[in-house]
Amino acid sequence: MHEITPDLPAVRPDRKAGPSTGRFNRWHLASGALALLVAVPLMVVFSGWLQPSTEVWSHLAETLLSRLFINTIKLVLGVGLGVVLLGVSLAWLTARCDFPGRRLFDWMLMLPLAIPAYVMAFVAIGLLDFAGPVQSALRDWLGVGNYWFPQIRSTGGVIFVMVLVLYPYVYMLARTAFLTQGRSTLEAAQTLGYGPVGVFWRVALPMARPAIVAGTSLALMETLADFGTVATFNYDTFTTAIYKAWFGFFSLQAASQLASLLLLFVFLSLMTERFTRSRGDYHDTMRSALTTRFSFQGWRGWGITTLLGLFFAIAFIAPFIQLCLWAFAAISEELDARYLGLLYHTLLLGLLAALVTTACALVIGFSRRYQRDRLTALTATIATLGYALPGSVLAVGIMIALTQADNLIHAMLASVGSATTGQILGGSVFALVLAYVIRFMAVAHGPVETGLSRIKRSVPEAARTLGATPRHVLTKIYLPLLRPGLFTAMLLVLVDTMKEMPATLLMRPFGWDTLAVRIYEMTSEGEWERAALPAITLVMVGLLPVILLVRKTLQDR
Amino acid sequence: MDLLLEIDDLHCGYDDHAVVDGLQLHIAPGKLVSLLGPSGCGKTTVLRAIAGFQSVTSGEIRLNGKIVSSPGMLVPPEQRNLGMVFQDYALFPHLTVSENIAFGLRRQTAGSKRQVVDRLLELIGMQGYGKRYPAELSGGQQQRIAVARALAPQPSLLLLDEPFSNLDVELRERLAVDVRELLRSQNATAIFVTHDQHEAFVMGEKIGVMNHGRMLQWDTAFNLYHEPNDRFIADFIGKGSFLRGELVSADCVNTAMGRLSGNRAYPWPKGTPVDILLRPDDVLIVEESPIRCRVTDRAFMGADTLYTLRQEDGVQLLSLMPSRYDYAIGSEVGIELDIDHFILFPPEPVVETVSAG
Repeated sequence: MHEITPDLPAVRPDRKAGPSTGRFNRWHLASGALALLVAVPLMVVFSGWLQPSTEVWSHLAETLLSRLFINTIKLVLGVGLGVVLLGVSLAWLTARCDFPGRRLFDWMLMLPLAIPAYVMAFVAIGLLDFAGPVQSALRDWLGVGNYWFPQIRSTGGVIFVMVLVLYPYVYMLARTAFLTQGRSTLEAAQTLGYGPVGVFWRVALPMARPAIVAGTSLALMETLADFGTVATFNYDTFTTAIYKAWFGFFSLQAASQLASLLLLFVFLSLMTERFTRSRGDYHDTMRSALTTRFSFQGWRGWGITTLLGLFFAIAFIAPFIQLCLWAFAAISEELDARYLGLLYHTLLLGLLAALVTTACALVIGFSRRYQRDRLTALTATIATLGYALPGSVLAVGIMIALTQADNLIHAMLASVGSATTGQILGGSVFALVLAYVIRFMAVAHGPVETGLSRIKRSVPEAARTLGATPRHVLTKIYLPLLRPGLFTAMLLVLVDTMKEMPATLLMRPFGWDTLAVRIYEMTSEGEWERAALPAITLVMVGLLPVILLVRKTLQDR
Repeated sequence: MDLLLEIDDLHCGYDDHAVVDGLQLHIAPGKLVSLLGPSGCGKTTVLRAIAGFQSVTSGEIRLNGKIVSSPGMLVPPEQRNLGMVFQDYALFPHLTVSENIAFGLRRQTAGSKRQVVDRLLELIGMQGYGKRYPAELSGGQQQRIAVARALAPQPSLLLLDEPFSNLDVELRERLAVDVRELLRSQNATAIFVTHDQHEAFVMGEKIGVMNHGRMLQWDTAFNLYHEPNDRFIADFIGKGSFLRGELVSADCVNTAMGRLSGNRAYPWPKGTPVDILLRPDDVLIVEESPIRCRVTDRAFMGADTLYTLRQEDGVQLLSLMPSRYDYAIGSEVGIELDIDHFILFPPEPVVETVSAG
C-alpha cells in the first residue's frame, strides 16, 4: 500500500544539531570574525584608490605599469599553457597507459611539488647561465661560439622554471580525473572504433576538463602570488613592484594600488575557473576500479620511459643534486649559529601559524556543522578565500590596517597622558602570524572539513545522551576522531609557512629572518652556494606533505 | 502510578513550518511503546525533542514530573538521564566495544564499570567481543552494542530511532524480538520510532500512529488494524479495500453488494455516502454466491493466498483465502462478506480527470 523509504539523517536539512537556538549566536560571531580577518585587508587594499594619488604612483604609472601588465599576461599565458600541456600528458600516460616503470613515475612525478619555485629559479640560473656547468661543458667540448644555447634569464626562462614546479597541480588533479572516469564510457568509445588518441581527444579529455581547469587555476594562483622566482630573474611583475614601492619608495599607498591591480588578475583567473566548470556533471556513477590501459610495449614503451626519466631528471634529480653539491661546498661556513637561528625562527613561526590556523579552521568547521544557514556559509567562504590573496597583497593590507590601529592606540594613550611612538601591532610577530593564518586558512580548512564530514552527526549526539557535556564531546569524541585531519592540516600549514617568502620579507619583525628570507638575500647577490643550505632544508621539509599525498594516492590506487 | 513522561500540546518546527503539531503523549514506567508513521511525519522530531536535541515552539515535556522542555527552555541532553539508540548506531569508532558501553558510566570505579560491561555483553550474547572495534563487527552486532551502550547507565527512558532500518529483513525481525525481550527483562521504559508496522507491532504494547505532525490514534496493534479511527491509518496499516455505500441507519449501509450492517453505530444523517473498510479476511470466496467477481491477480503467501478481485462495475476487492483453495487468474468466482469490525469513513473527495479538448 505504502512505499516508504527510511529517512536518512543526511537529507534532513531542517534539523538542528545542537540545542543552541536563536538567530544569531556565538558560532555566527566566531565565523564572522574570521571572515572579517580576510575581508578587512582586502578592503584596505582597494581603499588605496580613494586617496589622492601620490608622486610615487604617477612615477610608477609612467615608467612601469604597462610593462607590469604585459609581463604578467605573458607569464600567466605561458605558465598556463605549459602546465596544461605537461600536466595533462603526464597524467594521461601514468593513469591510462602502461609502459615500463609506470608505477614508479606515477608518484615520482609529484615530487617537484616539494621544490619552492624560487629555489628552482636560482638552481636553473646557476646551472644554465653562461658561467654555469652546463654551458661550460658545452664550451669545452665544442669550443667558444660554436654552439647555441637559450638565454635562461628571459621570459622563457621564468616560464620554464614555473612550469617545472607548478605542473604537479594539473598532473595530480587530471590523474585522479582520468583514473575515476568510468571504465564503461571509455570502453564504449573503444568499441565505437577509437584508439588511444581518439579516446583521449573525444572522451577522456572533455570529461577531465573541470579537473584540468581547477589544477591550472591553482597553478596560476601560485604564479600570480610568486615573488621569489621573478625577483631572482629580475622579471618585473606586480609582486616585485609592490616590494619596490614599499622598500624603495616607502609608499604603502602605491603598494596598495599595485596590489589591487594584481588582485584583478587573481579574480579574473578565479572567475574563469568558476565559469568553465559550472555546467554538467562529469562524474560517472558506474565507476569501476578496474581500468584497461593502453599498453605500449617494446621500443615504444621504453621510449616513453626514457622521455619521462629525462624529464624527471631535469625537474627533480638534477636540481636536487646541484643543491646538495652547493650546500656541501658551503657547509663549513654556512652551518653555524646563524643558520640554526634561521631554522629556529622559521620553525617557530611555522608552528605558531600551524596551531592558530588549524584552531581557526576548526572553528569554521564547527560553525558550518552546527549552523546550516546562509550567513554561516557566506562567512566560511570568505574566511577561506585568503589562499587567493598573494602574500604581498596581504602584507600591504595588513600593514595599512595595523598602522591605522597603531595610530588609534597612540591617540588613546596620549589622551591618558602617556606619549608613545612607533609601531605596536604593525611589524610585530602577531602581524606576521596573522598574515600566515589568513593566507593558509583554506589549506587547513580542507583536511579539517573532510575529517568532520566523516563524523556522523549521531555520534556526538549519542555521547550527549550518555551524559557527556559539550566540553566532553569535544575532548573525548571530536578531537580523537579528528586527529589525523588536524595533523595533516598542521603539517600543510607548517610547510607552507616555512616556504612563504613575500609576506615574510615585507612584514618580518627585526631579528626574525627565516630560511626563505635568507634565500632571497643570497640569491639577490647571486650567491647560489650560500643559498643552497637553507634551500635544501626547505626542499626536505617540503617533501613531507608530498609524501603524505603520495601515500594517499597509492592507497587510492 | 506516576507518569514517567508527559508531553502536552507539543509543537516543534522551523519558521512557519510545523513538524510536530499539538502532540499529546503520556507514558508510565515499564511500558514499551512505538511511534509509527511514514517518513517526514514528525516521529523522529518527537524523539529528538524528548532527548533534548530539538527545541519546542509551544507546549511542554516533563520527565518524572519535572519540566525539561518548554518554549525558550531546554534541559541539555546530558542532564536528562535518557538513553538513545540511533538509526546509524553512532558507535564511537575510536573506542573498543567495552569502552563504548562504558562511555556513559562516569564516576564509577574501573571494577564496577567492568562488571556492568560484562553483564551487558552477556545479555546481548556477545561475550568476548569487548576488545574489538566497531568497524570489525557486523551490522547486527553493532546494533546490539548500541542498545547495550544506551542501557548501561540505566536510563529512566530509552529512545530508539529506527534502530533496525539498516539491517536486512531477516535479521531485522529476529533482532526486534531479541531487543524487546532484553528491554522487558530489564524492566525498561522505551519509545520506539519506526516506519515499519511489523516492527512497531513487535516492539510496542501500545502504538501511536503519526501523520503530518499529529498523533492520529494511540492504540493496540489489534485495534489499529481492525478499528482504525482515521482513513489514513486504515490505508497505512495492513491491506484493505473500500466499498462505496450509503448510510440507511446508524449501523446499516446500502451497497452494490446488498445491505450491510455491523457492530458499530455512526452519528451521521441518513443518506450520507460512506466507504466501508474491507480487510482481505472480510472477503470470502464462496463458489455459489450470487455476487460475482473476476480474479485479476493472486499472490501466494504460504498458508494463504491473497487474491485481487474485480467486480463488473470496476470495484476492486482483496480477499485472503487459505492456499488450499486455488483459483486461477481470469476465473470467475463468487464472494461473500463477513465483516467483524464495521468501519466507515466519509468518502474521499473524488478528483475528476479532465480530458483535453
